[in-house]
Amino acid sequence: MQKTELTINRKKRSIEADPRTTLLDALRHHLDLTGTKKGCDHGQCGACTVLGNGRRINSCLTLACMHDGDEITTIEGLGTPDDLSPLQAAFVRHDGYQCGYCTPGQICSATAMLQEVAEGWPSNVTEDVEVAPPLSREEIAERMSGNICRCSAYPNIVKAILEAAEADQ
Amino acid sequence: MTNKFEMNDPVADLKLDRMKQGLVGSPMDRPDGKMKVSGQATYAHEWDVPGRVYGFLVRSRHPRARVTGINRDAVMQMPGILGVYDDKRLLRNPAQGMADEAPVQGTEEVFYLGQPIALVVAETFEQARHGAEALEVSYTTLDDGVFDPETANIADDDRGRKALDQGDIETAMAQAEFSLDETYRTPGHNSAAMEPHCSIAEWDGDQLTLRGSYQMLKFNRNELADSLGIDPANVRILSPYIGGGFGSKLGIAPEAVSAAIAAKDLGRPVCVTLARQQVFDMVMRRSETRQRVRLACDQSGKLTAIGHEALVSNLPGETFSEPVVQATHFLYGGATRRLGIDVARVNRMCAGSVRGPGEAVGMQALENAMDELAERAGIDPVEFRKRNIPEEHPEKGIPYSTRKLHEALDEGAKRFGWEKRSAEPAKVREGEWLIGTGMATAARVNMLQESQARVTLTAEGKAVVETDMTDIGTGTYAILTQISGDMLGLPPENVETRLGDTDFPPASGSGGSFGASSSGSAVFLACEDIRKQIAEKLQADEADLDLENGEVNAGDQTHKLSDLLNGKPMTGEGHVVPGKTGEAVSQGTYGAFFVEVAVNSTTGETRVRRMQGTFDAGRILNEKTATSQCYGGMVWGIGIALTEELMFDNRDGHIANRDLAEYHVPVNLDVPDIEVHLLKERDPWASPIQSKGIGELSICGAAAAITNAMYNATGIRFRDYPATLDKVISGMAD
Ligand code: FES
Ligand code: FES
Repeated sequence: MQKTELTINRKKRSIEADPRTTLLDALRHHLDLTGTKKGCDHGQCGACTVLGNGRRINSCLTLACMHDGDEITTIEGLGTPDDLSPLQAAFVRHDGYQCGYCTPGQICSATAMLQEVAEGWPSNVTEDVEVAPPLSREEIAERMSGNICRCSAYPNIVKAILEAAEADQ
Repeated sequence: MTNKFEMNDPVADLKLDRMKQGLVGSPMDRPDGKMKVSGQATYAHEWDVPGRVYGFLVRSRHPRARVTGINRDAVMQMPGILGVYDDKRLLRNPAQGMADEAPVQGTEEVFYLGQPIALVVAETFEQARHGAEALEVSYTTLDDGVFDPETANIADDDRGRKALDQGDIETAMAQAEFSLDETYRTPGHNSAAMEPHCSIAEWDGDQLTLRGSYQMLKFNRNELADSLGIDPANVRILSPYIGGGFGSKLGIAPEAVSAAIAAKDLGRPVCVTLARQQVFDMVMRRSETRQRVRLACDQSGKLTAIGHEALVSNLPGETFSEPVVQATHFLYGGATRRLGIDVARVNRMCAGSVRGPGEAVGMQALENAMDELAERAGIDPVEFRKRNIPEEHPEKGIPYSTRKLHEALDEGAKRFGWEKRSAEPAKVREGEWLIGTGMATAARVNMLQESQARVTLTAEGKAVVETDMTDIGTGTYAILTQISGDMLGLPPENVETRLGDTDFPPASGSGGSFGASSSGSAVFLACEDIRKQIAEKLQADEADLDLENGEVNAGDQTHKLSDLLNGKPMTGEGHVVPGKTGEAVSQGTYGAFFVEVAVNSTTGETRVRRMQGTFDAGRILNEKTATSQCYGGMVWGIGIALTEELMFDNRDGHIANRDLAEYHVPVNLDVPDIEVHLLKERDPWASPIQSKGIGELSICGAAAAITNAMYNATGIRFRDYPATLDKVISGMAD
């Protein structure tokens, strides 16, 4: 058993778990935070995306015990049904989901992605890496391509993100 | 009393169009949306069931074998292990959709590599997974495995399924002005719903509660009970949220039965979730197909003959065969017709329904062939299709119900700007990109299924809708809320729709695109039942009632619903049963796809630049969720055109690409901003609410529109799917 202390959604939490426990399973099995989803357990789908110290990570690809002292934000930390974050609300308005299973991962990923763009990180489709990347449809689609949606809500996911980002400006 | 309705005659009364609340058809947000975007929706794995332990399935490493033993004792010594189960009731593969009984069971004989043969249960997930990996299984291998469908011997009763031989096709082909005889191949596909299958089984004495991820609960309950050898009355299944289905969760699956067996033995709740690789191994595949398409037409482009013969496969003992030629029976004219399906028995994982079974791949080949014959006849592909829309069903001679195929083709062409296209292939170039456009017809059969629902008007004047119907992402919560809100004159916040519980009245379930019309009709009928009771109270005619915003108006009297109820709730029950309209007319849904692609002449990459779909599916119940369904189908079309392919190793039938890194579903950047246009229609033959299915229509032909556009871009015909880079490059070299 391995003891790990982390800050999750601004609260100190501690778990004692098998050292093989992934951060994802720690959330789902030990911390009662089932908003983060498991689609593949292999870093291939993005359903498990959370924010680790502000950056998006695949929580299935990392062990919980490697995050001692880290700040983790999950979908539960971004908003609640009565107090949705602007991105969450935009996903509802634009039907940026269908079954909803990939959705927490999409929203966590988009939250961090907008920050990456704001910080000027280029992507694979950025034409001019010398200047601040535009928040175009193509940029969003490229930067969100690590989050699979088998229901294929992609057109609406992009619209929701664009709207939330524009409202923010 | 239940308001039961049998669909024997067209329903000309467009009652929903007269309702004042104005919800049906509108792009209302999903009532379940806030729960989903905030991570509060409870999918199967996520129920808080105290004391639960974890199970992990063990798969066979051989395709054909007898299991002679397992080293249970060694694994039982490992930390945390609670039990190892190789019970004979374990399922070989999931039940087929609507089977209503157990599928093939047993752990002694292995029929495919990846078949579940044991379950290891432990205190934690990590321990169970470790135990399952450590379990040693001894086998006697059998050498009678058959792995390649194209070389398999086919038994007589597996030949010519759904066959039709009308006229003499050889003669018709020989006499035709223009003809085509080509063979198309589509590989196996995986549904790849984002939520892997999961079940938590919990017993209370003889009562089993299963929290699972299932599409058709009334059938699943019987399948589970039959698998376990218990009374269905002792089984309750809960599936309020399902992380995608697409056919993969139609029938009870191995994880559910194994969890129930272990939970009974241990006296503790057991949670079994499939790993993604196990979903690929043991759930359901869409069969690969080999399709021979023959088309003949006269000088004017009128089809004189259609041949569509397919080879598909399945495991021994499975009744399902991919209904490849389903739409070919009714879509186009041509007096001479030969259709049929042969089924090869192979030791590959089970084949079953995957989104749009039949048409998804059948229309793909047919619409490629139509494109090619149109070119040979020198006729524009849109015009060629319009010339071949038959007056009546070409085999049965019955009329069609409503059918806006002509309009869909015209409207789609206009919106897309089809007239600007260069018909000659490989003529438009932008740097190293070759640009092309293509189109295809969309078509899918339409069905209504038996469905029941209960609606209760509470004393406060709010509605509670209850049915064991499921919402697999399709929008059921939304549309049932809209239908009952309109019928009872309530804003959506005053309607609560409860789904996915076998304690509620049994519905059709989600499958075959019949869920919305069937369950929606049951809710409509239940509300009609309530309206009749209200009318009776007011001594008015139900048809004269106006209900809006919690008030009822009949002639010169107006009452608040809550006043009228006077503290007593009112319950209505609805029950719809399919009837004669299913046979009297040919019911289908229709549409048209238009696509622009860019194909890179150096790398062979294909980018879908524009994709547009125009669809006719009767009354649209919610414009927003219906549009999302159409996006889904069209994006699946991109996948099956360009990237999706289960790669079976013909030495032992195993899947070489059994995860999401190797089986390529479309990702965000693969998908352009798709345009969907829904035609206004009411089909009085289809259902009491004049709606038809839409969840699958938008995949049926979509892939062909893409490869037809790739032909226009490059001059290469793609008949061997998916049209991957290597095939583009080698086509360009020829
Ligand atoms: S579950 Fe982590 S990437 Fe799929
Ligand atoms: S909403 Fe179902 S997978 Fe994205």
